Amino acid sequence: MGAIIAKDQETSSLEDLAAQALDIARRQGASAAEVNAGFGRGLSVTVRKGEVETVEHHRDKSLSVTVFFGDRSGSASTSDFRTQALSEAVMAACVIARHTAADPYNGLADPAHLAREIPDLDLHHPWELAMEEAIDRARRCEEAAFAADARIRNSEGASVTTHDGTDVYATSHGFLGTVRASRHGLSCAVLGEDGQGGMQRDYDYASVRDARDLPDVEEIGRRAALRTARRLGARQIKTCQVPVLFEAQVARSLVSHLLSAISGPSLYRRSSFLVDSVDTALFPAWAHLYEEPHRKKAMGSAPFDSEGVETRTRDLIKDGVLRRYCLDSYSARKLGLVTTGNAGGVHNLMVAPGTEDLAGLLRQMGRGLFVTELIGFGINHVTGDYSRGAAGFWVEGGELAYPVEEITIASNLRDMYKGLVAVGRDVDYRHNVCSGSWLIERMTVAGA
Amino acid sequence: MTTETLHSRNLERARESLLAPAGIGVSELDQIMGRMLGHQVDYADLYFQYSRQESWSLEEGQVKSGSRHIEQGVGVRAIAGEKTGFAYSDEIVLPALLDAATAARAIARGGQEQTAALAARNGSTLSLYEPADPLLSLEDAAKVALLERVEQEARRLDPRVKQVMASLGGSQETIFVMRSDGVMAADVRPLVRLNVTVIVEQNGRRETGSSGGGGRTDYGYFLTEDRALSYAREAVRQALVNLEASPAPAGTMQVILGPGWPGILLHEAIGHGLEGDFNRKGTSAFAGRLGEKIAAESCTVVDDGTVPGRRGSLNVDDEGTPTQNTVLIERGVLRGYILDRMNARLMGMAPTGNGRRESYAHLPMPRMTNTYMLAGETPPEEILASVKKGLYAVNFGGGQVDITSGKFVFSASEAYLIENGRIGRPVRGATIIGNGPDVLKRVAMVGNDLALDTGVGTCGKDGQSVPVGVGQPTLRIDGMTVGGTEE
Repeated sequence: MGAIIAKDQETSSLEDLAAQALDIARRQGASAAEVNAGFGRGLSVTVRKGEVETVEHHRDKSLSVTVFFGDRSGSASTSDFRTQALSEAVMAACVIARHTAADPYNGLADPAHLAREIPDLDLHHPWELAMEEAIDRARRCEEAAFAADARIRNSEGASVTTHDGTDVYATSHGFLGTVRASRHGLSCAVLGEDGQGGMQRDYDYASVRDARDLPDVEEIGRRAALRTARRLGARQIKTCQVPVLFEAQVARSLVSHLLSAISGPSLYRRSSFLVDSVDTALFPAWAHLYEEPHRKKAMGSAPFDSEGVETRTRDLIKDGVLRRYCLDSYSARKLGLVTTGNAGGVHNLMVAPGTEDLAGLLRQMGRGLFVTELIGFGINHVTGDYSRGAAGFWVEGGELAYPVEEITIASNLRDMYKGLVAVGRDVDYRHNVCSGSWLIERMTVAGA
Repeated sequence: MTTETLHSRNLERARESLLAPAGIGVSELDQIMGRMLGHQVDYADLYFQYSRQESWSLEEGQVKSGSRHIEQGVGVRAIAGEKTGFAYSDEIVLPALLDAATAARAIARGGQEQTAALAARNGSTLSLYEPADPLLSLEDAAKVALLERVEQEARRLDPRVKQVMASLGGSQETIFVMRSDGVMAADVRPLVRLNVTVIVEQNGRRETGSSGGGGRTDYGYFLTEDRALSYAREAVRQALVNLEASPAPAGTMQVILGPGWPGILLHEAIGHGLEGDFNRKGTSAFAGRLGEKIAAESCTVVDDGTVPGRRGSLNVDDEGTPTQNTVLIERGVLRGYILDRMNARLMGMAPTGNGRRESYAHLPMPRMTNTYMLAGETPPEEILASVKKGLYAVNFGGGQVDITSGKFVFSASEAYLIENGRIGRPVRGATIIGNGPDVLKRVAMVGNDLALDTGVGTCGKDGQSVPVGVGQPTLRIDGMTVGGTEE
């Protein structure tokens, strides 16, 4: 650690390619250009009912380039890295730039905002996973699921995956940043039968940067089985208005809708239900959402955003009030604001946990709906109207009474955010958005 | 052009653009296959692909961005029993292909490397579209001008139109499939689409409307029959309707679905559940129910990859099987599954030309093409008149299904209350949820107005996206759960 390590061949060849592409752009007369070049490889193994089902070897590369001729721009990409193909891609971008309209907000990020130092976020832990070992792990994972409950009779399989990639971002104004990152996963999805002809499926999974941080394979299998078995015998409930508790892994989606509504393009197009809402109270006063891009080993960590702009810990919602939008350079210029380092999205959006665990939140809710799965795309980002298919459990006396399915839950996102009663401390760290479960005061449940 | 002429031209073209530059001929293909078949492999295939695509997008009255993408590569697959080994390469050169073959065959027990002694022969294909090149079918300046006209039309229609976003996309994909049974097939697939979204504003309230279309043709499609401008008009019309919409009802009620795109009902409720992989594994709510009555007698549903020029159509699927018109439900009885080669073989059935993949870097799976219900005999006005109180939904966003429990959703983006047999006030979008295995049993009336969608559908499964089509006549369904907010 801390030693100077010679650049591996992959990184230097990607950096060379990026430099070549920038050079071609300059020779074509572009006033500015940016290049993303990436290389990745991986292995994915699935075992189903004890037998190997698929073994997939992944090996991907691509280079994309955006060129600027003054205020005009064009983009192109290629998966072919030979010099000829690279030239063709850059030229294609240049041809497009001849036809696009001049846009004074176009251009690279302001040099003043670029990341000067690139911290090591401990994201790169390649896993030399032999096929046989992957098969063995997946097999043990699925076996544990079958052993956990007699009603588990079928399976979609257990998978072990590993991926290792290098991404380079380079610009004509001198930025060069390289990120190497790995991602390893373990997942298991099984089916249960209720004895009346009804079937349910559920799953569990883990996603980490370092394979040593993976949970026991048997643990994932057992959890997948328990999640499936508890859904057996699900039924519809009557239409009603009740409190709704979103389990952490689905609560995350409510944060994603917020992020989409406060993203630059939604705002300057005025296609968001949250236009002009900075400095207004969207949540109860205790709510705190912040971005923490430099968390070690985290799934959403990034030393710089996709324009090379420095990332840092920043509040998004503080004391319930929206403090800022999520902007890249282009949308910031259009809105007369400054980039927030969110080109390409947020990096580890954390919802500050409350004091209760899941059982505590269920007790707090008392009677209502506990949602563990959402399906469909019933979100209108312009109005905030929310209506999605759901499955979960009816809760009585603070405990799961019986499983529920074939219902929808509906409200408006503004009302849901205002009506947030509590956030759990059962934080799900498997993604870029990390939150505990959310208890919402009231929603309309449509059923029988 | 006759079908044979088209296929031999496509084969020629695929060889020229994909194989010849890498010096790959029949003997090299034989060598690659031999590397896999020596191991105890039942089946293997190579999938060569070269695709070029572009997109242009307009916002705030100007086309400010455009992009072009080139992708090429080979996917190598070996199957032994139910095991699949898969590797791919984005370099089409012999050593990379041999490496991929070595990686793919590792799922099977070893044996002697051999020559495959392929009896290479041309497979058959359909001729549903010409090998057009959308990217070259219009000057770049004319593509920009087309989007500008769409924008101007939308703004001209109503001063409440505050924002217009329009995009134009086109691609051409050349594929070549070599199977271990010696069959070779090629296809050159054009695809275009144009989408318009508008935002309207009135007294501080904002609403949105979207429309679009496309198919396996070139950009000339949008210039004929006033299509491009009609999308603009339709998007504006929908958005203005939504400005007047009040909260949707919540609960179980009679629902009438309009013709065309609402056929997404069939895609979600029936189609996915009938894909062969889920049925072979017994994970679908429809597994083991062939021959059972799962729908009203008035319902006949097909998956038809052979409709000329449609977005979901293919001359040949990604495993070299010609597409066909497959009856899934015939007069209410479950008759067939959607099958690729592997699942067909394992289920002892014939493949249906539904083996599709997003690209060379993805494994083929059984996927839908154009899924629709045949027309009935009732005029749509009569269907409306038969409902005292219910919901009339005519436009939809996306949908999703849990194939194991059979529960599916699709979200209305334009809907009205029905009051005493007439269309009443518009209501806000709402998600509708139902149970696939019994929703079609609740079909009470089938209209005589079958329509296919305009050509904008994309289906996602296991992270792979493919273009699809849907369609249906007007349907009355007695009892679906509507997810509004008004009790």
